[in-house]
Amino acid sequence: MSEKTNITLHINGRDYAINVEPRRTLADAIREDCGQTGTHIGCEHGVCGACTVLVEGEPVRSCLMFAEQAAGKQIRTVEGLADGDNLHPMQQAFMDHHGLQCGFCTPGFLMLAVGVLERDPDISDDDLLDVLSSNLCRCTGYQNIIKAVRAAAQEMRK
Amino acid sequence: MAEQTNKFIGRSVPRLEDRPLLTGQGRFAADINFPGQWTMRVVRAPVAHGRIEAIDPSAALALPGVHAVWTYADVSHIPPISFRLTGLKSLEPYRQHALAKGFVRYVGEPVAVVFADDQYVAEDAADLIELDIELLAPIMSATDEPGVYEGNLTTEPDVIRKGYADVEAAFAEAHAVVELDLAIGRHSGVPLETRGAIARYDEARDVLEMHGAAKVPHWNRDSLATMLGRAPGSVQLYEGHVGGGFGIRGEIYPEDVLVCAAALAFKKPIKWIEDRREHLIAANHSRQQQHHIKAAIDNDGRILAIDDEYFHDNGAYMRTHAATVPDLAAAMLPGPYRVPAYRATGHIRLTNKTPCGTYRAPGRYESTFVRERLLDAIAAHVGVDRVEIRRRNLIAKSAMPYALGLDTLGTHIVYDSGDYALLLDKALKAAGWDDLQNQLQARRAQGEKVGAGLALFVEKSGLGPFDEVHIEAKPDGTVEVVTGNASVGQGIETVMAQICAETLGVDYAHVRVIHGQTDRIERGMGAFASRVTVMCGEATRMAATKLRDTALREAARLMQTDVAALDIVDGVIQGPGPSMPLAELARTLPGGLKAADTFESTHMVYPYGAHIAVVRVDGETGGVAIERYAIAYDVGRAVNPKLVEGQIAGGLAQGIGGALFEEFLYDEGGEPLSVTFADYLMPTAHEVPPVSVLITEDAPSPLNTLGLKGAGEGGTNPVGAAIASAIDDALQRPGAVTQLPVSPQRLKAKMAGRR
Repeated sequence: MSEKTNITLHINGRDYAINVEPRRTLADAIREDCGQTGTHIGCEHGVCGACTVLVEGEPVRSCLMFAEQAAGKQIRTVEGLADGDNLHPMQQAFMDHHGLQCGFCTPGFLMLAVGVLERDPDISDDDLLDVLSSNLCRCTGYQNIIKAVRAAAQEMRK
Repeated sequence: MAEQTNKFIGRSVPRLEDRPLLTGQGRFAADINFPGQWTMRVVRAPVAHGRIEAIDPSAALALPGVHAVWTYADVSHIPPISFRLTGLKSLEPYRQHALAKGFVRYVGEPVAVVFADDQYVAEDAADLIELDIELLAPIMSATDEPGVYEGNLTTEPDVIRKGYADVEAAFAEAHAVVELDLAIGRHSGVPLETRGAIARYDEARDVLEMHGAAKVPHWNRDSLATMLGRAPGSVQLYEGHVGGGFGIRGEIYPEDVLVCAAALAFKKPIKWIEDRREHLIAANHSRQQQHHIKAAIDNDGRILAIDDEYFHDNGAYMRTHAATVPDLAAAMLPGPYRVPAYRATGHIRLTNKTPCGTYRAPGRYESTFVRERLLDAIAAHVGVDRVEIRRRNLIAKSAMPYALGLDTLGTHIVYDSGDYALLLDKALKAAGWDDLQNQLQARRAQGEKVGAGLALFVEKSGLGPFDEVHIEAKPDGTVEVVTGNASVGQGIETVMAQICAETLGVDYAHVRVIHGQTDRIERGMGAFASRVTVMCGEATRMAATKLRDTALREAARLMQTDVAALDIVDGVIQGPGPSMPLAELARTLPGGLKAADTFESTHMVYPYGAHIAVVRVDGETGGVAIERYAIAYDVGRAVNPKLVEGQIAGGLAQGIGGALFEEFLYDEGGEPLSVTFADYLMPTAHEVPPVSVLITEDAPSPLNTLGLKGAGEGGTNPVGAAIASAIDDALQRPGAVTQLPVSPQRLKAKMAGRR
């Protein structure tokens, strides 16, 4: 509706020069304008957390942020977690502990958990449960996600 | 559990599906794009019931980037969506059209669609479409007297009647009659990925493609082809990654028909992705039933007869499942108990709410709640323990196979195998039931409201009539398994690879399982009714056996040796002489190395289990916390125990949702009140407790070679029942819970009513 503006999104160390309306959400920009479809949209009202990405290291609901607000900031998405063919410890732990079924919520959980553990590697189990309860999963019943994140936390502390 | 010699079947090998899903390389519906595509946005009815007087799209059409607006007149040549299961003739006049025809009957019903360049413009345009709808009074209760649906049609199109033996006589002779009024709330699968469909017409090949298919692609291909007047071979459906199914995704909905019709009409790719509010008011709801059940019992609490009358609230239309849910509720209600005489009378009712379909353990979540509440009530009436009353009524192992005397889904219900008493013993032992009772009693004496509950159930699985599998050992060393089945996230690729690998003699990681692509195999049944591991698993085993026989025979010919001297190990044919990789043999044979087989089955197979819940009720708020949860489930044979546990744990979380939190509520005018995740409350990591799962293999199915039974729904089936029983125990008030979900408000009111 309103004038489009040119902004640059820094995603996983790469720059994307895009032209977006002010109302365009970060989630839509990442997916549609930058082609990084690993970030999923589950509710568009900030509850389910499927769209969680890291902005300047902090987990953010990308459906609740405008693309313009993220211009120039360092954004990390699920596509940036693995190092080539080597999975990030969090990804590996999800695989080892059957922490995913359909996989739709998985990128959001991965980014949430990685963001929190990078900031607070020694987070208590109770606090970790609090954090993980901010995202929704409909397949696993959560217990394997919790196990995976705890296992990855140990691995990441090494 | 598995034989020592097994390399794959019975082992918790890692999933083949995981890697792309973990690295953001999945391809879900919203990830699919075609050049030049248009976005479709649905304009939905804002009122529960009304007559459409006029629809004015002019302001929308004036918006730059808007290409077209459709109303019913544009799709009037397309028939309503047909039934897939339990399609009673009486229900046909209640089928839903792609767009509302004359009347709107629920908030969320598609009234018009906008086609535009992009999603933002399409949503702007949809807001500009003016609807002139004359309000009519909505019918919001399925238990009131039936009203007028339209013309001569009433809101009770049919009544499900099932039963056997002389119920009246049994009640006349009964020592006592126990009766209950019980209600199950309206909730549903609500997968994390909303629905989506992308249609594209390829003029060069004259093929209509629909991407974003799920669950039953072949059925939907045939059905869409019929609706659109095309030959089935000129419509192809493609399943990508599917973000959760649970019964609701993958059925044909109005939006699927609309994208296909529009792709044909405009010769443009048409993409539709649902938003969450739409999902919560437009995708299938489920579960809402009200039961009046009574049992005739003897003086020991043995059941002589059950008579259940219930009202099934199906919402505004009959969708693809037609009478499936109310039919299953009646058919599966007797469960693991001897019920000498039985009668179920199920009123199918239409209301001005979102239409309904199946949701994981359809009909059984409901009727297990009802039956297990009844067993608890009988125990209280007779004055015996809840475990003892169940023991007295369980069907004995010696009675297997047990013909129930009822039909459902076109099959006679015959429990194929089971040792229910043994499973009950194992479950109680695993949960430490007797110690638990003492601990809970001691805590209650200290003033805590804590209690344990128990529920037993029989599930059904492995619905036929067939599954077909094609297997090819490729020259590149991979083995390709092609099935008309589908993935909804449950792990079909891994499980089929395990069965194929074990049978053929290859590494499971070299097996590629192709599913959900209608152009790869002519027919297929799809993923529902916990049927995949049973039906597709056995078909895979049969086809892999054929392939193995062919490979060994051809190799023996080439090697000039005896077939019996050869074996296939890790993809290599080995014998007394030189060995030969399967890939090399495939290169040698002019027609390649292929086999196909079909497994046919006219009976379902019946897993069974027990759930034990321990809860703590907050006397101030009415909140319920689940402290512990234990499940024992006999699946006959677990191909991948870790995946079976995953199914059970995930199913439990959904069952907890329906028991305590999730409910689609409406105001009296038909306005939906649960339209975001802030008011439709799905369990989070906080609400789902650690669960101990005991998988048993005491009763392999005699109806397939591996003894398989389905594992998809046993985690969900009795959760409402077990939690209700535990809450009763916590309050020391048998029969306190009569309605699901047990919300804090309801429980607080219940507790206050006692004072």
